[in-house]
Amino acid sequence: MLKLNHICKYYHPGTVNQMCLFQDFNLSVKKGQFLSVVGSNGSGKTSMLNIICGSIPVDSGAIYIGKENITHMPEFKRQRRIGRVYQNPAMGTCPHMTILENMALADNKGKPFNLRPGTNRRRIDYYRHQLKTLGLGLEDKLQIRAGVLSGGQRQAMALLMAAMTPIDFLILDEHTAALDPKTAETIMVLTGKIVKEKGLTTIMVTHNLRYAAEYGDRLLMMHQGKAVLDLAGQEKQAVGIQDLLEKFNAISVECGN
Amino acid sequence: MTLLLGIFEEGLIYALMALGVYITYKILDFPDLSVDSTFPMGAALTASAILAGQNPVVTLFLSFLAGAAAGCVTGLIHVKLKVRDLLSGIIVMTGLYSLNLRFAGGRANVPIFTQETIFENPYLDRLVPPKARPFTVVVILLFLVLACKILLDLYLNTRSGRLLRAVGDNETLVTSLAKDKGIVKITGLAIANGFASLAGSVYCQHKGFFEISVGTGTIVMGLASVIIGIQVFCPDHRPYLFKLLGRTFSLKPTTAVVAGSVIYKACISLAISFGLEANDLKLITSALFLAILVLSSQRRKKVKVHA
Repeated sequence: MLKLNHICKYYHPGTVNQMCLFQDFNLSVKKGQFLSVVGSNGSGKTSMLNIICGSIPVDSGAIYIGKENITHMPEFKRQRRIGRVYQNPAMGTCPHMTILENMALADNKGKPFNLRPGTNRRRIDYYRHQLKTLGLGLEDKLQIRAGVLSGGQRQAMALLMAAMTPIDFLILDEHTAALDPKTAETIMVLTGKIVKEKGLTTIMVTHNLRYAAEYGDRLLMMHQGKAVLDLAGQEKQAVGIQDLLEKFNAISVECGN
Repeated sequence: MTLLLGIFEEGLIYALMALGVYITYKILDFPDLSVDSTFPMGAALTASAILAGQNPVVTLFLSFLAGAAAGCVTGLIHVKLKVRDLLSGIIVMTGLYSLNLRFAGGRANVPIFTQETIFENPYLDRLVPPKARPFTVVVILLFLVLACKILLDLYLNTRSGRLLRAVGDNETLVTSLAKDKGIVKITGLAIANGFASLAGSVYCQHKGFFEISVGTGTIVMGLASVIIGIQVFCPDHRPYLFKLLGRTFSLKPTTAVVAGSVIYKACISLAISFGLEANDLKLITSALFLAILVLSSQRRKKVKVHA
């Protein structure tokens, strides 16, 4: 479904700070797979997501969705099939617009943004129903601005909005990292539910080894732009936090940390 | 009475321009200096068109379209050539100065006193009884401003308008919605400069002449109107409910901006009636603007402490 072929990415090319992040990096994600990605800071997890989404260009290599080469497709066009949730809860909603306006915006993704009414009144009940599934009481606050919500509430909304229209991919960029443990748990349960219901192909970057072990059917551990661990199926189900932690320590020691 | 009418006339003309500045400054968060030259552009085109025998009402549309085109240029320079927002505005402002002189036939001022305008024409002479004459200008302006305000409000609630609000609020989300944020910004700048140019056209028809320097300080006036209006009537940048005579009123930001423009002109008139000369106008303008900026930021701080 998604393929990264021979990706090379340098930061600050041509300067003394030149740094090679990816050298011949390959990854292939099957349709419906839920991939969890862990790794230390600077290992290239977020860069990988940025390359998939088109936020940063690659120096060489190719990116395919299905049979289509999207290497040079601009970011906003790729987003048509991708839903992305960021680490920062503020990124997923418009703070000065109401919850209803935000939901309507997300619902219009993929449709022409013309001179038709911004909110379709017949959809309001659907939005309310969707918000109710979050269990945060947002369904009664449709006229409140998103900016006054808590980080957890905003992130829950961002997740809902990202997956509202039909998409092929869900990209989760440490989406629980800025939340308190209890809210993070709620958001993770919600994530699992949405992914299962819609059968989305998902790539989730996380620093929480437990989430990586519990969720998803494939696990990737990255280090210095390489996948040092790639487990799927039975192996993935058998892996525990302890195993991951040992492996993690091993690479960190190599690094001299 | 004449003073009061004068305040409303000037305030309402500049309110049209302030609606444009509201789009760029408040919605897009883009300090757009090109209005300083799109305002006189509307005036120049109107003066020339009216002298050439064009219908005064048609010049309004013509000016709006020309302003929108200039706004597109600012937008393209910013989005496609990646020039900083402030600088793209300055580039267009400077370049348009020469173009405006050309539009006016190479002259720095063009009188159209004897021509028909939207304020002075045979239809109005027949329609309006002599007693109501002094009020015609204000009434016409009120209709025009109201129409523009309502159209803008309607637009901001369409899908396209929502996207415009979203791009100033959270650019990342617009990209996530699979929309090119650059095109949305260009649209916003086009509408904003269309309004500024329209205001210039109305200004020219009201004063009866075009003058190349009428645009100087337009952006300051626009910003002052927007900030006064929003600060006084909707401090949270949303419809604000206030109680007057036991009834609750709600004011949309666009209405607040129109009111802000009138209040601003009233302040200037007040300053002049206290003995300051018309030559000091720009000094008063900037001093007043500074005062508003400082006061509004202090107020915000206070709110933060209490919260």
